Amino acid sequence: MTGKPERMTGARAFVECLYRENVEVIFGYPGGVLLPIYDELYDAHLHHLLVRHEQAAVHAAEGYARATGKVGVCLATSGPGATNLVTGIANAYMDSIPMVAFTGQVPSSMIGNDAFQEANITGITMPITKHNYLVQDANDLPRIIKEAFHIASTGRPGPVLIDMPKDITTTEIDFVYPDKVELRGYKPTYKGNAQQIKRAAAAIAKSKSPVIYAGGGVIGADASKELVAFAEKIKAPVTSTLTGIGGFPNDNDLYLGMLGMHGTKYANYAVQESDLLIAVGARFDDRVTGKLQSFAPNAKIIHIDIDPAEISKNITVDIPIVGDAKDILKSLLTYVTECDTKEWLAKIAIWKRDFPLFYVNRDDAIKPQYIIEQINEACPDAIIVTEVGQHQMWAAQYFKYKEPRTFITSGGLGTMGYGFPAAIGAKLGRPDKVVFDVSGDGSFQMNSQEMATIVQNDIPIIIALFNNGYLGMVRQWQALFFEHRYSHTTIENSVDFVKLAEAYGALGIRVNKPSEVRPAIEKAIEANRPVIIDFIVEREENVSPMVPAGAAINEILDLERTQ
Amino acid sequence: MKHTLAVLVDNKYGVLARVAGLFSRRGFNIDSLAVGITEDPTISRMTIVVRGDDHVLEQVTKQLNKLIDVIRVTDLGSDESVERELALIKVNADANNRAEIIQIVDIFRARIIDVASKSVTVEVTGDSNKIKAIQSLLKPFGIKEMARTGKVALTRGSKSS
Ligand SMILES: Cc1ncc(C[n+]2csc(CCOP(=O)(O)OP(=O)(O)O)c2C)c(N)n1
Ligand SMILES: [Mg+2]
Repeated sequence: MTGKPERMTGARAFVECLYRENVEVIFGYPGGVLLPIYDELYDAHLHHLLVRHEQAAVHAAEGYARATGKVGVCLATSGPGATNLVTGIANAYMDSIPMVAFTGQVPSSMIGNDAFQEANITGITMPITKHNYLVQDANDLPRIIKEAFHIASTGRPGPVLIDMPKDITTTEIDFVYPDKVELRGYKPTYKGNAQQIKRAAAAIAKSKSPVIYAGGGVIGADASKELVAFAEKIKAPVTSTLTGIGGFPNDNDLYLGMLGMHGTKYANYAVQESDLLIAVGARFDDRVTGKLQSFAPNAKIIHIDIDPAEISKNITVDIPIVGDAKDILKSLLTYVTECDTKEWLAKIAIWKRDFPLFYVNRDDAIKPQYIIEQINEACPDAIIVTEVGQHQMWAAQYFKYKEPRTFITSGGLGTMGYGFPAAIGAKLGRPDKVVFDVSGDGSFQMNSQEMATIVQNDIPIIIALFNNGYLGMVRQWQALFFEHRYSHTTIENSVDFVKLAEAYGALGIRVNKPSEVRPAIEKAIEANRPVIIDFIVEREENVSPMVPAGAAINEILDLERTQ
Repeated sequence: MKHTLAVLVDNKYGVLARVAGLFSRRGFNIDSLAVGITEDPTISRMTIVVRGDDHVLEQVTKQLNKLIDVIRVTDLGSDESVERELALIKVNADANNRAEIIQIVDIFRARIIDVASKSVTVEVTGDSNKIKAIQSLLKPFGIKEMARTGKVALTRGSKSS
């Protein structure tokens, strides 16, 4: 430090800290207790995006983080502002996305008195944050912010919340930004244990039918290149989880696509017949494993993960390697040799030929899968963000992702309403990319108010709305398991989405015929402004194939369109 | 299976809630929990008795370690540790049976810390079995109230946990 520390209010210090953390964009919504902070933001050198609902701020911060790899930042006022963040924080926690959420709080002296707009947000978010703070002394604010960014972005990433009582933001402090973080209870392991890495290499050398099962951790650890090098060196096929999509290029011959409930048949068959399963940054989620007792029954399991608590949580692991996926894959590469997988890959090639992903295209109705294929052809480098439902699964199955951070979806929590705001964050993080929100008519209506945000701020996002008039994914389950009793899943004719777009000052395009699909996509890309494309799709198309809940993942069925 | 865990934590706002919340949310059962500060005032020691098999113990330990405020978690196996609990037992007593109660108290090296016309209050320290034993011997007299701390424990010898 040179000279005397500058004297400033907590609110000013807040902004100074964000500068120190190289924060460029924050997503927020003001309120009473945040007035001192918003006054500082008035002329701060930061892009603050004013959303229309705090849930959009937190999802947008997550979309930004996923698209860029940086920490997403959001800001909300006390009470209802803070509680509106809860879903998005839980979402980031489930998918391990680095985020710092700031909330205003009533003045310290009033905490605990049920003051106006008081909510115990640190208590509420304890189980859904990696860590959280209630600032009790303004002098602690810089240290806490420094720690929060560190905790959010290191080890297994996740959301950290900082609750700032109003008086903290008005108190004057000597501003000192610490250059080091000292947390005696937090020391993530990055380097994999050499002994374990050697054991893994030995197991790999013996394997005849290995499969690599890659999760979101590969993307979080920026380990895609290493994963490709590793898979190619040992000649092992690779399957992705939903959040791992993009971590391995889709056009690589070794790629099997997604596994699990709506995975490809050949990915599931391969996992079930493998003699060695190499999990990288994945957590054996129930949507992946199906019936746990019959998952990969013949396989030895190597599990590479940054979080020791994930090892043997759901499934007993033979060779755990705790640490950073990039680092571990790099050092594994120096030990492993090519496996003899010729026969194995030949078998998989036959599965791929005999059991491909498929749908029956038609001239008289728009198949949702066809739309995804057309987006892919028109704009192969796009960032695809999704909502939750059938359209999400089709976006996962039919787009050919080639790079990490080009597929952004709510995995662990499955949050409808996530996609549109996350797309806003992704676009602000990657303005060079065309960003699509692949959306459902149900999900879109959970955060459609953000049309105002993108129009006001001129953020060109294409909402590809798969309008089936249903809460389609739930309808699919009702069709399959509840005798077609479509209880409260019909939402047809609820709104004219073209007029809705126009009401906000955006472009609305309705697409009724397959022949109009491609031109509409091209028109939307060309327009380079906020667009809703209202695709009127085949109403009762099912996501296929599917592993029924509770079945083993090779018990995977083709589902015709619901009759 | 019961396990005794020594958990050293930062002596900070909310840390007890974090630990307790973790147990309830992950479905782990706590038999007892004792908290107090240590020789270092910035560190508290929690002694937690949990019930579960080895898999549960492993998950509890790992999940505790994930909490930022948790500095160290040690499983205190019963052979390598010394353990104590303290109980205060208020038992019905009158001139006729007081002597008998005092005899029991002496055998257990417990103490009488309060005497009233119709009751005495006994203080006893020891492991859980000892407390259980004196409790059952005093029961016939009529236990009016009892307060019991959770277990506290340290490793034996000069090794620290
Ligand atoms: C916030 C929230 N509420 C409820 C659900 C349960 N749910 C999962 S998919 C789905 C239907 C989604 O409908 P839509 O957005 O139209 O997509 P579609 O399946 O029709 O493509 C529902 C209700 C959820 N995932 N998230
Ligand atoms: Mg729908």
